[in-house]
Amino acid sequence: MRKVVVRLTELVAVLLIVSFGVFLMVALIPGDPAVAILGEGKPPEQYEELRQELGLNDPVVVRYFDWLGGAVTGDLGNSIMPPQSPVAERLLAAIPVSLQLAAMGLVIALVVAIPLALWSAARQGGLVDRIVGASMFGLLSIPSFLAGLLLIMVLVNDLGWFPRSQWVRVSDSLTGNLHHAILPAIVIALSEIALFTRILRNDLVVTLQEDFVLAARAKGQPPWRIMVGDALRPSSFSLVTLFGISTGRLIGSTVIVEYLFALPGMGSLIVSGAQTGNFPIVQGAVLVTAVIYVLVNSCVDLSYGFLDPRTRRVHA
Amino acid sequence: MFMPDPSRLRGTSLSRRRMALLGGGLVAGGVALVVLALTVASGAGTGLGLVAGTVLAYSGAVRLVWAARRRKVDLLPWLCLGWLVLLGVAALLAPWLPLPEGRNATVALTEPIYLEPLKYGDHPLGTNGAGLDLLSRAIFGARTSMVISMSAILVGITVGGLIGVVAGFYRKGVDRTIGILTNSVLAVPPLILLIALAAILDPGIRNMSFALALLTIPSMVRIGRANTIAFAQREFVLAARAMGASKARIILRELVPNVAMPLFSIAVVSISALIVAEASLSFLGLGIPQPEPTWGNMISEAQAGNTMEDQPFILIVPGLFLFMTVFSFNLLGEQAQRRWDPRSAKL
Repeated sequence: MRKVVVRLTELVAVLLIVSFGVFLMVALIPGDPAVAILGEGKPPEQYEELRQELGLNDPVVVRYFDWLGGAVTGDLGNSIMPPQSPVAERLLAAIPVSLQLAAMGLVIALVVAIPLALWSAARQGGLVDRIVGASMFGLLSIPSFLAGLLLIMVLVNDLGWFPRSQWVRVSDSLTGNLHHAILPAIVIALSEIALFTRILRNDLVVTLQEDFVLAARAKGQPPWRIMVGDALRPSSFSLVTLFGISTGRLIGSTVIVEYLFALPGMGSLIVSGAQTGNFPIVQGAVLVTAVIYVLVNSCVDLSYGFLDPRTRRVHA
Repeated sequence: MFMPDPSRLRGTSLSRRRMALLGGGLVAGGVALVVLALTVASGAGTGLGLVAGTVLAYSGAVRLVWAARRRKVDLLPWLCLGWLVLLGVAALLAPWLPLPEGRNATVALTEPIYLEPLKYGDHPLGTNGAGLDLLSRAIFGARTSMVISMSAILVGITVGGLIGVVAGFYRKGVDRTIGILTNSVLAVPPLILLIALAAILDPGIRNMSFALALLTIPSMVRIGRANTIAFAQREFVLAARAMGASKARIILRELVPNVAMPLFSIAVVSISALIVAEASLSFLGLGIPQPEPTWGNMISEAQAGNTMEDQPFILIVPGLFLFMTVFSFNLLGEQAQRRWDPRSAKL
């Protein structure tokens, strides 16, 4: 119980530091936001009025808590580029797109990686194992933007199987949505497939040498049942740790893919915000992704106890 | 009764001569396939032919070496090392190499645009939409990429490693504070952090290195800390303490040299991640800006209009450079880790 309290205070401390960093990132930018909003050549009183209104004359700490208070209640300021809509509104419209892409990518990665890992672990050192191992290592060395462009070149331009750069909302048409989302999701899945397969295969190979697997073999269970029923769960331990680490990569490749396919998600928002200097958008998007990321990793920590009962008893 | 036949090779039933013949045949077939792919085939056929030809030629080369050295040798690490050395030397000497213009579009005004690779002697890898030489651009891109990632990793190792050693040596409050700070940096996904930094910093080699260094510091802190905790309990540290060595001396003379080795093996693996990160940022238009070439902004040239359909090599040439470099660093990094830091080799 005490451990949980310590972890929670640490979590809060991390979130506070991150939000302060995100706030400072924009607060310390050289240049006057009032000039940026109004444009140059207005009377000085007008700038002063806006500065007063935006609270730019207050000390940094006061401004931080003002901003944080707003952020917690869902007010992340307004976009300084047209359309000058609230940042929170833009983010809310973009989040479902990114979540859908990342989730689809993850599901595709698991659906491909788990059978591949089971297959190559069962035939350790065999031809399948070596081919899968080599191609996964190669796949790991292809950055997602390169893989995405190559797939676009072949599957979209040459073969015409998939559309490019359009997005259909689920509410408009489910099949249309899937048709447009599947290729981006595959691109996101590619590097995750490589990582998941390698890690899970290595863990399975270790697990298969344990006594309980020998016992299952001695009982005469069929090989596939040993693989799926006995070996998979203890081996998925590091896969879950990895899931926590790879969330960061997942978010990264989602950003790249959204930019590549011009999909209206968080990634496109943050990249175009960074390109045009639309800092409130960047600020809001970074804050939201960081919070999501931290929470996912905390959930991963909690799931250890569920997957491996041995960790439940340890009270460090 | 079993007598090994001296003319046979270990690990196979083939004789040396037959293995050499098989190897030679595979190499010839592979090279032929590559040549065919480059001259006759088009579109996806070229790519398939290239990949299949390279794999064939490689497996043939393995067999040739097997026959010559009488045992199986893993050629791939040597090939990777060779590529990195070649690229490194070319990048280092780039300003003095007799390369055609690759950066200044006004100088290349009279050069033909979109020349295909491997067909013209004075532009071995072709030219881009502004008539700039792709080989020259790729080598200058390697230069930028290497300078940025190497300096980032050096800063990361030094700063992160030292912070980690301090955290592991003092423990308690210092350790906890450093832990929370590193967790805060790790709390922002790497690419998002880079984009945010790129949004506020002026793009340039120094700022890019700084942003990437910030990215590597947390993992260096963690590894430095874990290794310090392990080493601090060893006898030689106790002996140094008993002799009355100061804390600074124990840290610098006893702990740092021991922690350095695992840090370096992590560094080799991290370089490839940094190269990818730098390329991604350039690709998004947030890294080193044109006309200065980087692999990322060269690849992003392929996105304009119908370039990918009409001139796929604009994407393929820098893509191959990027892939081969990242692959080489990954492979060598994995080997380095297996040799010097077996505990963390699993991830």
